[in-house]
Amino acid sequence: MDINHYLILSALLFATGAVGVIFKRNVISLLLCIEIMLNAANLSFIAFSRFLGQVHGQIFVFFVMVVAAAEAAVGLAIAIVLFRNRETLSVDDADLMKW
Amino acid sequence: MTDFLWLIPLFPLAGSAVNGLFGRRLPKSAITLIACGAAALSFLLSCSIFLSLLSLPPQQRHIIQSYFTWIESGDFVARAEFLLDPLSAVMLLVVTGVGFVIHIYSIGYMHSENGYYRFFCYMNLFLFSMLILVLSANFLLMFVGWEGVGLCSYLLIGYYFERKSAGDAGKKAFIVNRIGDVGFVLGILLVFVTFRNIDFGHVFQSIASDPADFPVEAGVGILTAIALLLFVGATGKSAQIPLYVWLPDAMEGPTPVSALIHAATMVTAGVYMVVRCSPIFSRAPIALEVVAVVGIATAFLAATIGLAQRDIKRVLAYSTVSQLGYMFVGAGVGAFAAGIFHLMTHAFFKALLFLGAGSVIHAMSGEQDMTRMGGLRRHTPITFLTMATAALAISGIPPLAGFFSKDEILWRAWSGGHSALWLIGLATAGLTAFYMFRLVFLTFYGSERFSEDVRRHLHESPRSMTIPLVVLMILSVVGGFVGLPPWLGVTNQFEHFLEPSLALAVQSHPAAQSHSTEVLLAGLSVLVALTGIYAAYRIYVARPGAAQALAARMQGLYRLVFHKYYVDEMYDAVLVNPAVGGSREVLWKAVDVGIVDGAVNGVGSLMRSAARLLKGLQNGLVRSYASWILLGAVAVILYLTLAHN
Amino acid sequence: MEALVFYTLGAIALGAAVAVVAFRKVFYSALSLILCLTSVAGLYLLLEAPFMAAVQVIVYAGAIMVLFLFVIMLLDPFSGGVHPDKRKYLRVLGPALGSIMLLLLFPMLQAYDLAMAPRSPDASPEAVGSVENLAMVLFDQYLLPFEVTSVLILVAIIGVVVLAKRRT
Repeated sequence: MDINHYLILSALLFATGAVGVIFKRNVISLLLCIEIMLNAANLSFIAFSRFLGQVHGQIFVFFVMVVAAAEAAVGLAIAIVLFRNRETLSVDDADLMKW
Repeated sequence: MTDFLWLIPLFPLAGSAVNGLFGRRLPKSAITLIACGAAALSFLLSCSIFLSLLSLPPQQRHIIQSYFTWIESGDFVARAEFLLDPLSAVMLLVVTGVGFVIHIYSIGYMHSENGYYRFFCYMNLFLFSMLILVLSANFLLMFVGWEGVGLCSYLLIGYYFERKSAGDAGKKAFIVNRIGDVGFVLGILLVFVTFRNIDFGHVFQSIASDPADFPVEAGVGILTAIALLLFVGATGKSAQIPLYVWLPDAMEGPTPVSALIHAATMVTAGVYMVVRCSPIFSRAPIALEVVAVVGIATAFLAATIGLAQRDIKRVLAYSTVSQLGYMFVGAGVGAFAAGIFHLMTHAFFKALLFLGAGSVIHAMSGEQDMTRMGGLRRHTPITFLTMATAALAISGIPPLAGFFSKDEILWRAWSGGHSALWLIGLATAGLTAFYMFRLVFLTFYGSERFSEDVRRHLHESPRSMTIPLVVLMILSVVGGFVGLPPWLGVTNQFEHFLEPSLALAVQSHPAAQSHSTEVLLAGLSVLVALTGIYAAYRIYVARPGAAQALAARMQGLYRLVFHKYYVDEMYDAVLVNPAVGGSREVLWKAVDVGIVDGAVNGVGSLMRSAARLLKGLQNGLVRSYASWILLGAVAVILYLTLAHN
Repeated sequence: MEALVFYTLGAIALGAAVAVVAFRKVFYSALSLILCLTSVAGLYLLLEAPFMAAVQVIVYAGAIMVLFLFVIMLLDPFSGGVHPDKRKYLRVLGPALGSIMLLLLFPMLQAYDLAMAPRSPDASPEAVGSVENLAMVLFDQYLLPFEVTSVLILVAIIGVVVLAKRRT
């Protein structure tokens, strides 16, 4: 298998996640799509690690996972607070930070 | 003593500063003391310096006092330098002497004014500027004084600033002067371009001496150009055609101002400048012709206008313009010393006439129209006596001062071959005598044409005003004796005294004609003057209704002259209104409001519109933010794609 | 053989990802994501990274997704977009941008020539992705980032606790 296949797959996954971020209105769905994007990136890293014969890609994925975990936790906490205050999980309703 | 030359302008400057800064809080006596004291000190110092100059042999009467270097920029060096020579000494005495006398007069005249301190502050400032002008040793410093007197003229003409006409007159004076100043500045620049120097000494030496000594060869063309440009400035300051129109209007100022500035000193600055630059003018025959022609034309024109004016000060104003023309004629025929001589005698009797007029106005509770005066000689005898003397002097009746100076000019015109100038000058002398005595007769003789109210307040002026009148009267009588003509068997002391100052000019010695011609011409001018006086007597005293009858018969001509040939109206239509209209419509509305304001406001509204557009980006919507980020990522990828291709 | 596995796992991962986006109910989206993550783990195995595959399953699919599910259950699991979409244009804009991005990426990724990239010559892939090698590099070269991530996690924990506390 060539690296190009993995890269293309990664791109497809990333695109899907990106579209999902714009598309979905539920906060938690948003976070899920972000996770997809992160995974796509991780796939890329691992592929490069394999085909270039270097381990650094995998190390980086390691750290990405740590950060993803932290970010998911905090994001969910925000979602909880949002729901508690607004009774809604739609991002469209959280639009006070505007001009 | 000459080391203290710098004190002469300093005294009035200090007086002006003190009165200007603190005058509002000082009592009148203090203001008077400071101002008149400063003038007195200047005068005394001028006298003593004059005496010390006399103690030197004639060749050494050329002293330069250098104080500091003002501007030094490449070749252009302007120093704060004073030049003391016979010419500037004469001017010093005239300026400080007459100035001091007029300051004394002003004590009484301006007594009841609110802005008493302001008046004296400006008067002292004027003295300072005029002294700078007269003493300076280079063109630029003279220009500083030139501008300074113009400023003071504006300030003093507009002294009664609550009156719109006064403010307008001040502006008119300043603006018309400015036009002349353009010529003056161009002249100075041309001098610098030609000689790389603006010191009088250096420039005049360059012109006069052998080209081998100085590396500059100044052709006649350049000198003519310089002379003409400088003369433009002189026409502005000394009220010649075409820039004389401000002087009659300047009568809005208090009468001492008219006496000092617009008769004796400031307006003579142009004459002084031409005479100072005699090395240049005398080598540019065309320029001299222009000077003489403009001078005689102005003299004649102004005299005719003076015939029909009713305001006593206006008559004197036009008379000043006319006499200044005479001075320029003197310079124009090469008789520079004669021009200065007439300047000096004119200062005496014209200042006297103005101060006398002020006394009359003061006595008449502010009335200035001569047709409403009459028979004042019983009520104000001293004023009458002094003014009549001055009228005799200006008409050129011997042995008063005006005779000698005016006659010198006429004689030099004739003997230099300018018979046309002589003839017109003679006619003008007749006119001068006529309108001067018309003034005297209308004011002091005949029936009393004023109201009962005025009659009750009629009084001779206080001593502080009459003593200066008497002083000037004495000077008008004896002032001519310093310049007695050769046919009386003596050398002309005045001309002899001024010789060192005029040494670098091309001397135009009159043809060695016999003295008898000169006596004949002198007698002729006296005759013409007496004819003028008699005619005035006949019209205004012997037959009271004659004047009106004469005016009715020559209605058109009378109206033309009464309205000063409509020159002001012509200037208004041709120059002023288009300029104002152009300024308003084009420069103000189109350029300033439209373009400049439009650009500035446009930038503002552009920003506002742009901001309004950008505002829409911040809608608080997470999803749109995400799409923008994605758009950015796409853009980056696009760039990378293109870069790699 | 390898190709077959790759295409299968790839298809599953892609399909699950699309499903995440497509499902209206967030619960189903989460479950799809678990599937996606697991297939990606499989891909990791295919790429000779056994440790990372294990970590993916344990941490990502195991811990993070469980956390997601907890919160979903807590808040409204079966709601499905009741509010009408205020910005309809984004429904078009999103896919459009995504397609453009893909269109731009494909040629680049296709043309990527591995030969031009710097490679370590000799090490075999198995040795590279082994636990020992990973540990060696992680605790040697990347010790500082490792310690810093502990701080990061601490910060995240504190943040979450503070955020989610009920205010009394």
